[in-house]
Amino acid sequence: MRLKTMLGGKVYAFRSVKEVLAKANEKKSGDELAGLAAKNDSERIAAKEVLSELLVSDLRNHPVVDYDKDDVTRMDQDSVEPAVYHKIKNWSIGELREWLLDYNASEADIKYLSKGLTAEVIAGVTKLMSNLDLIYGASKIRIETTCNTTLGKRGTFSTRLQPNHTVDDVDGITASVYEGLSYGVGDALIGLNPVNDTVSSVREVLKRFDEIKNQLEIPTQQCVLAHITTQMEAVKEGAPTDLFFQSIAGSQKGNEAFGFTTETIEEAADLLERKGTAKGPNRMYFETGQGSELSSMAHHGADQVTMEARCYGYAKKFKPFIVNTVVGFIGPEYLYDSTQVIRAGLEDHFMGKLTGLPMGCDCCYTNHMAAGQNDIENLTMLLAAAGCNYIIGVPASDDVMLNYQTNAFHDAAAVREILGLRPIGEFEAWLEKRGVLERGKLTGRAGDLTIFTGR
Amino acid sequence: MKERELIDIIARKVMAALYGEQEPRKDAPLTDISSAAYKANIKLDQVENPLALDAMRTKTPARIGIGKAGPRLGTKTLLALRADHASAKDAVLKSVDENILKELELFSVQSLCGDIDEHLTRPDLGRRLSEETKLRLQEHCVYGPRVQIYVSDGLSSLAVDENISDLLPVMIDGLEAKGIKTGTPFFVKYGRVPTMDVISEILNAEVTCVLLGERPGLAAAGSMSAYIAYRAAVGMPESRRTVISNIHTKGIQPVEAGAYAVDVIIKILEAKASGVDFKL
Repeated sequence: MRLKTMLGGKVYAFRSVKEVLAKANEKKSGDELAGLAAKNDSERIAAKEVLSELLVSDLRNHPVVDYDKDDVTRMDQDSVEPAVYHKIKNWSIGELREWLLDYNASEADIKYLSKGLTAEVIAGVTKLMSNLDLIYGASKIRIETTCNTTLGKRGTFSTRLQPNHTVDDVDGITASVYEGLSYGVGDALIGLNPVNDTVSSVREVLKRFDEIKNQLEIPTQQCVLAHITTQMEAVKEGAPTDLFFQSIAGSQKGNEAFGFTTETIEEAADLLERKGTAKGPNRMYFETGQGSELSSMAHHGADQVTMEARCYGYAKKFKPFIVNTVVGFIGPEYLYDSTQVIRAGLEDHFMGKLTGLPMGCDCCYTNHMAAGQNDIENLTMLLAAAGCNYIIGVPASDDVMLNYQTNAFHDAAAVREILGLRPIGEFEAWLEKRGVLERGKLTGRAGDLTIFTGR
Repeated sequence: MKERELIDIIARKVMAALYGEQEPRKDAPLTDISSAAYKANIKLDQVENPLALDAMRTKTPARIGIGKAGPRLGTKTLLALRADHASAKDAVLKSVDENILKELELFSVQSLCGDIDEHLTRPDLGRRLSEETKLRLQEHCVYGPRVQIYVSDGLSSLAVDENISDLLPVMIDGLEAKGIKTGTPFFVKYGRVPTMDVISEILNAEVTCVLLGERPGLAAAGSMSAYIAYRAAVGMPESRRTVISNIHTKGIQPVEAGAYAVDVIIKILEAKASGVDFKL
């Protein structure tokens, strides 16, 4: 294993695989905050060269968090299929990159190979990819999952309707749901981020979603993104939910900071199989985002791309219906500007897809970042071209509860039309029946939220 | 009459005959594009159920019932969003108005952050003070006050500009009226919430309260919070802070918030505890 290289007459030596992984990252303020980033671009490229010659086995044998200390590492390592791994363990990471991009690597080939990859290998190859590589590579892979409807089919581009409200007023939430539906948004999910993490509030919102969904006969999914233990209590008391949500991290310590353990998720999955309202088999919803481990000091000295890849390695065991990175939510100390947030969005989507996950993206930003709505619209187009399963939609891009901006309800329709994409089939048929969509375009009636008030 | 003018008159007459008279549009009266009135006017005009539309718009601050241009946002919606985002960005990037600090006789110190970029990307430096700054605070401030109140920009300098002239005097006067001596107030540039822990230690304050600008949202760029802790100490859990948030002109009015903060501080002094250890 060679951990040094020469560039411009200077020798760059690294102490560990972990250091190579960190310094090979594209520039991110979060890696700088953690004291892990390359000092300059030359050192960054030197690290990329070293990484390109490391073997798949080198990265597998040096997980960034010890196997004995961390159940995320254990679950990821234990999921590797020995026969697949045996075939590729002596490939260099540079060769793996070229194999993935090669015309000969079909979707089925990539999905097969994926069973032999650990999170560190996936993070490693991502660090060697340009932005267009990430888009091209991801566009080969479609991951389909089924809850009530099937998400992720080639040619579809879906949305989660996020009807958040400053005080969880159920009628106010309903108004935003109608608004979103009237723009053709909500085929992946109608899902609220609640202000009140209480069983009674969660139950009340779920009940309303269930009424709307049944009375309007909407073929979609619903959930409320409270803490998983709150959602479980609500379901035990009879609340109707299709999915359980949880934010996850790339280390056991990070997950503990989120207030759950692997047993919690297993128990939740079991509960939903018995008492959930969806057909399944996919019933979990996970959110991730680069930097969350550092923010809870649970990054174990590893960079934020590698920790993010480990989230996906963890998530896959639970066969989630949807997973998305909330890419720009965390702020400028992790992703400083539009260059960094766009890069992170493309990295996360590619890594998720290569892991085998139904990857979506909350293309978002906060007001103290050096990014704006134009940048997020750019990212949305790039991700749609990459085959991203879904984005988020809120009224006019302004989330009045989370105090950040993401995609407007208006965005998905434009993106679909430009790229020839459609919502999920049953949902599209429903939109046509309701007179909101006609031959892939919004009608004159679209945007009138009052068409649903008669229910 | 020149030939050119004659042609113009004929052309106008012909166009009017064909398409009807078109009066030139008058300039609309000046409205603030960030105002509630401007946003109230951004409304779909043709809907199935106009009464329901009005009712639903009162149920949520979300921008609903706004219509579209093709699949995209209407021009007024787009401009209102950009206006609110501009206010939020400016609130982060601007500096606090020196005149306000002068009027309130607040002297300024700075965290370890050298400029706004460092402040935004290095929260670890924003919560620390240099040895020099610590000495300066010790020289200028009352040592061992029962209550140490100070002001900090945090992520919104606008919050300081808009709220502090009302908020700070109400708090100091309110506490003094109850016979509680407050320490010497000052301003910390590029501060974070945990900076209060360092300040509590070096000034040996029983209760420390920082009035700090919050991350701006589109609804309110100048929102302030009061973080209050009993015997704040570096490295203490976040859960030991009591927070009064949403202090701004469209939220809890600063005068009202100041009076409330006085009550809370008095109860914290009595309980000798804050945060989750303290029930209001």
